[in-house]
Formats: sequence, C-alpha cells, structure tokens
Amino acid sequence: MRLSGRFSFGLAAATLILSGCQETSSLPKVGEQLVKIGHAAPLTGTQAHIGKDNENGVRLAIEEANAAGIVIGGQKIRFQLLSEDDQADPKNGTIVAHKLADAEINGMIGHLNSGTTIPASRVYHDAGIPQISPSATNPKYTQQGFKSAFRTMANDVQQGRLLGQFVTGHLAAKRIAIIDDRTAYGQGLADEFEKSVKANGGVIVAREFTTDKSTDFRAILTAIKGKQPDVLFFGGMDPQGGPLMRQVRSLGITARFLGGDGVYTPEFIKLAGSAAEGAYSSLPGVPLEKMPSGIAFRDKYRTKYSREIQLYAPFCYDAVNIMIEAMRRADSVKPEKYLPELAKTDHHGVTARIMFDEKGDLKDGAITFYQVRNGKWEVTETLSSMPTASVPTAATPVADEQS
Amino acid sequence: MNDLLTHWRKFKREPYAVWLGFALIGAALVLLPFVTDAALGRSWVRILDHTLLYIMLALGLNIVVGFAGLLDLGYIAFFAVGAYLYALLASPHFGLHLPFWTLLPLGALVACMFGVLLGAPTLRLRGDYLAIVTLGFGEIIRIFLNNLNAPVNITNGPQGVNMIDPIMLGEFSLSRTHQFLGITFSSVHNYYYLFLALALLIIFISIRLENSRIGRAWVAVREDEVAAQAMGINTRNVKLLAFAMGASFGGVSGGLFAGFQGFVSPESFHLTESIMILCMVVLGGMGHIPGVILGAVLLSILPEALRYIGPLEEALFGRVIVDPSDLRLLLLGLAMVLIMLLRPAGLWPSPVRRREFASHD
Amino acid sequence: MDIFLQQIINGLVLGSIYALVALGYTMVYGILGLINFAHGEVVMIGAMVALAAIHALTGTPLPGPVIVLMGLLIAIPACMLLGYGIERVAYRPLRNAPRLAPLITAIGVSIVLQNLAMIIWGRQYIAFPPLLPNDAYVIAGASITLLQIFIFLLAMAIMAGLIFLVKKTRLGRAMRATAQNPEVAGLMGVNVNSVISATFIIGSALAAVAGLMVGAYYGLAHYYMGFLLGLKAFSAAVLGGIGNLGGAMLGGLLLGVIESLGAGYIGPLTGGVLGSHYQDVFAFFVLILVLVFRPSGLLGERTTERA
Repeated sequence: MRLSGRFSFGLAAATLILSGCQETSSLPKVGEQLVKIGHAAPLTGTQAHIGKDNENGVRLAIEEANAAGIVIGGQKIRFQLLSEDDQADPKNGTIVAHKLADAEINGMIGHLNSGTTIPASRVYHDAGIPQISPSATNPKYTQQGFKSAFRTMANDVQQGRLLGQFVTGHLAAKRIAIIDDRTAYGQGLADEFEKSVKANGGVIVAREFTTDKSTDFRAILTAIKGKQPDVLFFGGMDPQGGPLMRQVRSLGITARFLGGDGVYTPEFIKLAGSAAEGAYSSLPGVPLEKMPSGIAFRDKYRTKYSREIQLYAPFCYDAVNIMIEAMRRADSVKPEKYLPELAKTDHHGVTARIMFDEKGDLKDGAITFYQVRNGKWEVTETLSSMPTASVPTAATPVADEQS
Repeated sequence: MNDLLTHWRKFKREPYAVWLGFALIGAALVLLPFVTDAALGRSWVRILDHTLLYIMLALGLNIVVGFAGLLDLGYIAFFAVGAYLYALLASPHFGLHLPFWTLLPLGALVACMFGVLLGAPTLRLRGDYLAIVTLGFGEIIRIFLNNLNAPVNITNGPQGVNMIDPIMLGEFSLSRTHQFLGITFSSVHNYYYLFLALALLIIFISIRLENSRIGRAWVAVREDEVAAQAMGINTRNVKLLAFAMGASFGGVSGGLFAGFQGFVSPESFHLTESIMILCMVVLGGMGHIPGVILGAVLLSILPEALRYIGPLEEALFGRVIVDPSDLRLLLLGLAMVLIMLLRPAGLWPSPVRRREFASHD
Repeated sequence: MDIFLQQIINGLVLGSIYALVALGYTMVYGILGLINFAHGEVVMIGAMVALAAIHALTGTPLPGPVIVLMGLLIAIPACMLLGYGIERVAYRPLRNAPRLAPLITAIGVSIVLQNLAMIIWGRQYIAFPPLLPNDAYVIAGASITLLQIFIFLLAMAIMAGLIFLVKKTRLGRAMRATAQNPEVAGLMGVNVNSVISATFIIGSALAAVAGLMVGAYYGLAHYYMGFLLGLKAFSAAVLGGIGNLGGAMLGGLLLGVIESLGAGYIGPLTGGVLGSHYQDVFAFFVLILVLVFRPSGLLGERTTERA
C-alpha cells in the first residue's frame, strides 16, 4: 500500500531526527552483575510531563551509580532501568507491575499516582520486591501492612496538617475556600487540609470541585467570589492550577492562593503568567539549596536534560540512592537480603534527611512552603511534621547533614 | 490444491472432525497459560486474564451494537456497576464479605437493572442521538462513583475501594498458589480458568441468542425498525432486552475484575474504555461472535505487545532510538486506521454481512 | 444578581467556543452522516501550530495582536491541509463501508494525532504568552475582559458568515444538495468529492480559529486538550440537532450556560447535598431530558437514519 510505505518512510525519518534519547546498550560486560531497577509513571496523557520528570530523576541516579562503579557482594554492579507507562490507570498499573515482577527487577521506584501505587503494591509485595514510591501521598499505600512498601514523600495526613497550620498561622487566615480536582490525590489532600483548618480555628466558607481534565473554572470561582475568602486552597496538579490561578485574578478575586506539591512546578508559573505572583505552595522535604547535594543535583539535571526539574525528580533520585545504599549495606542485591536494611535507612538525600517509620512512611517529614516572587518559587518557611516544632528556614539544621 | 480444499470442506462437516476440532481448541485453551508463562512470562498470563474479561465485555456490547444495532458509547458503566457492587459487598469498606456465588448473579442482575434504566428513556432515539445519551449515562455513573463519598460515604470517592476479597470458590482461594498433581497453579492461572469458563459460558449464550427468536428480532430491529414493528415485533421490549442482556455480561465481567484486581477506583471506568470496547466490536466484525472475540483479543494484546518496541529497537539498531513510550499508542492508532481501511467490515465479518457489503458496490 | 450575571457571561464565552467547534462536527455530519471524532484533535493541532508560530515571533518588534494574527494565519492553512488529509486518508475510502467503520478510523486518527503532537511538541503544557490586553471591565458587578468580548463577537461573526456561505453561495447550494442526496447532486453536475473536501476544509479552518481562542482564553495548549473539548462540542451539536448550523450555535451557547449555572447553583439548590462536582451530571441530564422530549435535538429535523 502506497500510504503505509510513505508513512513508514516518514517514521524512519522522524526516528533519525528524534534520536535525542540515547541509551547505551544495557548488556552487562564480562564480570559485571546486572541489577534491574523498575520504574513506572504515566508517560502519556495529561500528567505525562510529570511522569517523564520522574523517569529522568531515576535515570540520573542510575547513570551516576553506573559511572561510580559500585561493587556489591564482590561483583561490579551495572544498574539497568526498566521504565513503563502506567497511564495513571490502576488496571494498567497492575499489568505493568506484573511485567516488571516477571522481569525480576531487584527493586521498584514508583508509581507516580496513589491510584496506581496502591493496587500495584500488592503485586510487588507478593513478588517480594521492595518498592519506594517517590510521589504517592495517599496514607493507604503504607497502611496495608506490606513490609516492602516505602515512600520518600510525606503523606496527605502529614502534609494536610501542616498546610492547615500554615494557613491559620503564617497567613493568619480565617475564611478559607477549597477546590479539589476529585482525584485520589487532590481529594485526599483537600480533606486532610480541611480537617486541619477546622482544628486550628479556621472556617471553610466554600468547598468546590473540578476535574483533572478541566480548563474552565470561572463558574466555581464566581460562586467562591461571593463568599469572600481570605485564602483559596487548591488540591490538584499544575495543568489545572495554572489556568485556575489566572482565572482567579481575572475575576477580581483577591484571596491568597495556596496549593499542595502538585502546583510546585515551573509549569504552574508559566501557565498562570503574571497572575502566579504571590501564590503559595508546599513541598515535602527541605529546599534543595539547604541540602549539601541539592544544588548539585539541580545543576546535573539541567545539564543532562536541558530543562528545569518539574516536580518529583529529586524524590525519585533519592529513592534510587536509598535503594542502592541499602544494597551496599546488606552487601547483596537480593530483595530479601537488602529489604531489612532499607527499613533502617538514614539517608542524607537531596530532598531531606530520610528515615522511615515502621510503616514505611517518612519519619518526621518536613514540609517547605514556597511563594512565587518575580516569577520564581522562593522559600517561605519550613515546617516539621513533629507536632510541636516549627522550624523557620534559617534554622534548618544543615550542619549535622554534612557529617 | 483444489482437491485438497474440497476434501477439507467435506472433512470439516464430519461430526467426529467437529468434535476433534473442539477437543484440540479445548486442549490449547487449557494449556495456553502454561505455555504463555513459560514462553513470555507471568505478566502475559495476567494479560490473558484481562483479555478474557474484555472478550466478555465485547460480547456484551456486541449484543447491543452488533445484534440490535444500538450505538452505545457508555457501556463501561455496567462494568463499573458490577465491579463496585462486588467491591462494596466483599471488602472491609462496609465490613461485608458476601460469597462469590451470591455476588456473581447479583452483579448480573443489578447491571441488568441499570441496562433497563438506560434503555427506557432512550427508546425513541436513533443513531448518534442514542450514542450521545449513552455516553452521558456512562459519564454520569462514573461521576457518581467518584463523588459519593459525601455526605454519606458509599463508594469512598476517588480513593477507590481497596482490599477487596479475592474470589473464593468454597474454600478454594483463587489468589493463592495451589499444587495439583505436582503442577503449580499460581493466582493468575486460577483466575484464567475461572474467566475462561465464564467467557465460554457467555460465548455459548451469545451463540444461542443469535439464533433464537430474540436474536432474529434484534436483527430485524437493526435492519429496519418500522418494518420490524409492522411484522409484530414489540420493538420496545426487544430493545430493552438487548440493553439488559448486554449490561448483565458487563456486570459479571466487572465483578470478576474487582475480585481479581483487589482494588477498584473510578479511574478505570473512563469513557476511553467504552470507546476501546466499541473498537473491539467493530474492528473484529460487528455482530459476528468469532470476529468480536478476535477484535477483543487483538486490542487487548496489541497495546501490551507494543511495550516491547524498546527492546525491539535495541535488537534492530543496537540502542533505543525513539522513546518507546512515545510510539506505543501512535502505532496502536495507526494499526486501527490501517485495519479499518483494509477490511472495512471488520477483520472477520459474518458471512451474511460480508455479502451485504459486497452487494453495495 | 451580579453573580448570576457573571455566570451567564462565563457560560456565553465558554459556549461560543463550544459552538465554533460544534460547527465543524455538524457540517460534516450534515453532509456525510458521519461523526468526525478526530475534529477535536484538529482543534488541538490548530492551537499547537498557532502557539508554535507565536512563540517563534515573540521577541520581534511586532505588536502583540499582530503576532497572534500571524499565528492564526499560519494555523488556518495547516488545519485546512490536515482536515483535507484526514478526509482523503481515513474517510473517503470508507464512504460505502458499514456505518461504524469510519468511526473507528476517526478514533484511530485521533490517537495518531495526539501522539504525533506529543512527539513534536512534547509532553509539557505550552503557555500562551501575554500578548493580548486582558483588562477587565466591571459591568453591574460582573467582570468581563476584552478578550471575552472579542471571542464572543468573533464566534458570532464567523457563524453568521458560515450561514451566509451555506444559504447564499454556489458552494453552499452544492453542499446542501450533497447533504440531501449525494447521488442526485452528482447527476446535477455537483462534484460531490470536492464539496465534501470543501466541507472538511472549512470545518478545519474553524477548528484552527477555535484552537487559538482556547489557547488564548485559558493561556495554554497541550496535546491532550482536543479530546474533552471535542466531546463537549459534539454534545452541543447533538443538543442543538446535529446537521443543523443554527442548532450547533444554539447547542454550544446553551451547553456553556448550562455548565456555568450548574456549577454555580447545584450546591445552593440541593441544600449542599450535591456540589459543583456534579456539573457534568447536570449538563448531561439536561441533554438527556431535551432528547427524550425532542429526539432530534432542539432544531433538528426528524430523521430516519439507522444505527
């Protein structure tokens, strides 16, 4: 057929042009042991840009480890990345999980969304594969009693509680409006935030909803405008957060804007334009600049991918390094051997000093608040998830991390 | 050559040959998961399980679209109803743990009711108006599932329902690994045989329906509703029955999905799933049961097979040139266009339809 | 009252975008009886091409509105070409095929276009540079921006022009004849194939305009944006009576207003039991209700076509 011939020629041409993604052959050389690290995130669809960012974070850590020539159990180790597209869909999530389990991966980094991480965690658990999710924040993920499940990100309860404290404390707001995107992430975070606001004496004046595919928020914002909130909280991701912010200002709403980690991206500022100025967001961990290796990571990421970090790449990077460290301490790449060491992690990563509690959640996860100033996210304050201590940024203990 | 063909045609009709054929197919189906496991790995057995679920769904939709000619773009709603019914009645969410044998018929029954619920207001609609209403219906169901966590928590909203009981046949848990006669049956194998049995049952029902009074009534309504009415067919009941039957297959499949997966959330029941199932039906050959099965198999396997582009590129060029995740769905779309262009009536259309189509030109 | 007025404004602007996209569906449907499922993706490509051109031109000394106009002038021919190509490749070979066959190629083409756009423009959301004045005017307590007024007026003008084209010109007469009966039209000397091509080309040009409007109004474009927009516009076309130009306009505007009012007033109306998360339920419910009482849409004629 003429058409298909022409098309395949076009594809071949496109192939040659688009050879940006070079990967050296993953075959191990003689005397090397191959260690497979699995990764899964949505690489197509509305969150594809964040999924790719995750993969980039994982790849960077793996390439560094390969360059460093790590020796475990007397053998030189070559790490290989097996990355899959789960399309943010739970069904695809389990299919991909099984595929990776079949490939006998030594460890799993992922998935990105809570909705895929939770059903997939059962597959990894049954296969005895340690799993670290860099970005699933739903508390249920670690509440299932799986010893193999960890995360390098504060969960919704930890983050929601601090968000509420920040709004009522730092921003001294009383009247709060909430919008969430009706995803497992957005709704979970918004619910925890609402609880925390109420516990801290705030009043919820409006609770509105949108979807993770919407672009028009004027109707719900008009309804919110009438309630005259001090702060508008959005539980969702940047593709909605950016246009939402823009429409907030174009409707003449003057309330301050706060989002969770889903809007802490350069994308948010780009999409909101000048309306982004003054918006707040939270991100688990301490600022990259506060960690000894943080800035170095950011520079390496920029050099390698020639773009800014989107969101969770640092958490992915930490997750891989935590896994490799545990393998080194156990002097084995076998899951059952290094899993106990993983639970004992005390890692000075690029996002924070990371230790796991008995469930696999972050112990004392700090949360940093950022504000858009002059078109950039700038640090405002870091709060610790320990109920009492509220550590201002300046006093963030950096010294002991250099040891 | 021709001689051989006539011999083969004759041989094909002999009763013992038919039974031999059935036995061979049966043996192949029984052995399939083990061969797949050995050759391609366990994840492919899971893909087979999903394929069987899709076969049930495609056959259910085939009743509505293929037999009765009612364009339904919201079919996934019945799958969702079945899945959620199972999830809510067999999980810690309400603390209920009903047995599988109750849930399966219950799922079919409730989905059936939803089918009638959808069918009733749409009886007067034709073609694309029907399509958009069914699409709306599918979305309405999904939105309710996604939001019914407040003021009373029924579905647990976007968080989905987790820790769903695995399917138990009496004391036999399908999610455990069992040893029989020295052969190891893992969870995906167990589910395969259950799904296979139910898929065969649904195939059997579909075949019987096609050649029944009702089946002929459906075809009559599809071909000319007014004429069908004039022939004394109660078109209202016939259409409602199509919706109800189709829905019940979806409900059964949904229940199996929930038990198999252990987790359901509204994300699995998007419109794109409805569209994909419609593609299976049309791509395979609308109204023709073997064709529909072929369509379901093809569109379940193809997206998974296309995950191997990366290794394929590596084998061909020595390295990954184009990011495989960029190409996977692109190739799927291209395949759909090409198949339809080359075989407009579907891959394996029914002989009757093929004749009709040929006479068009 | 000012809130109500604001919601109406929100709805009318949103609705005029729906209407513009709905016209593309309805024109093709009117002539071929075919749901051009790929139309939403043509809108997406329009937005992407326009944005790419605009990004290339930003920084030049040209004034903002001129740059946007240039973007549009590049996007329109690109979309026309695409629309023509889609018809030639995916629909024309199937003109006598079973009714649902072109539906599947349409879905296939959608998937291909989405993924091609992803490969070309990346997975990132592309932001629209602030080139257009975005001053808000306050009228009776409701705010409206210059861009909103412009979008609404442009959509209305385009629709008026289209109706003139179909009712008063030679091409329009040929289109109506083809819609009535392609074979007889062919016998009367109408070149049916070029009329159908023209229909796709015009619809795609409208899609380019709509794509740029969406990009400018919401400030972003993304390879996935066409799907939901196409779906809404298709619903609007059906609501108005598919195949009917006036119906597409009416359906689009109505759907926009219904969505706006739904999101704004479901909560208070149901005493807080149902909130704005049911806005799509509300919109679909109205759609179903309309179709139950008027099975061929608001302005559609009774048809006898079969599924």
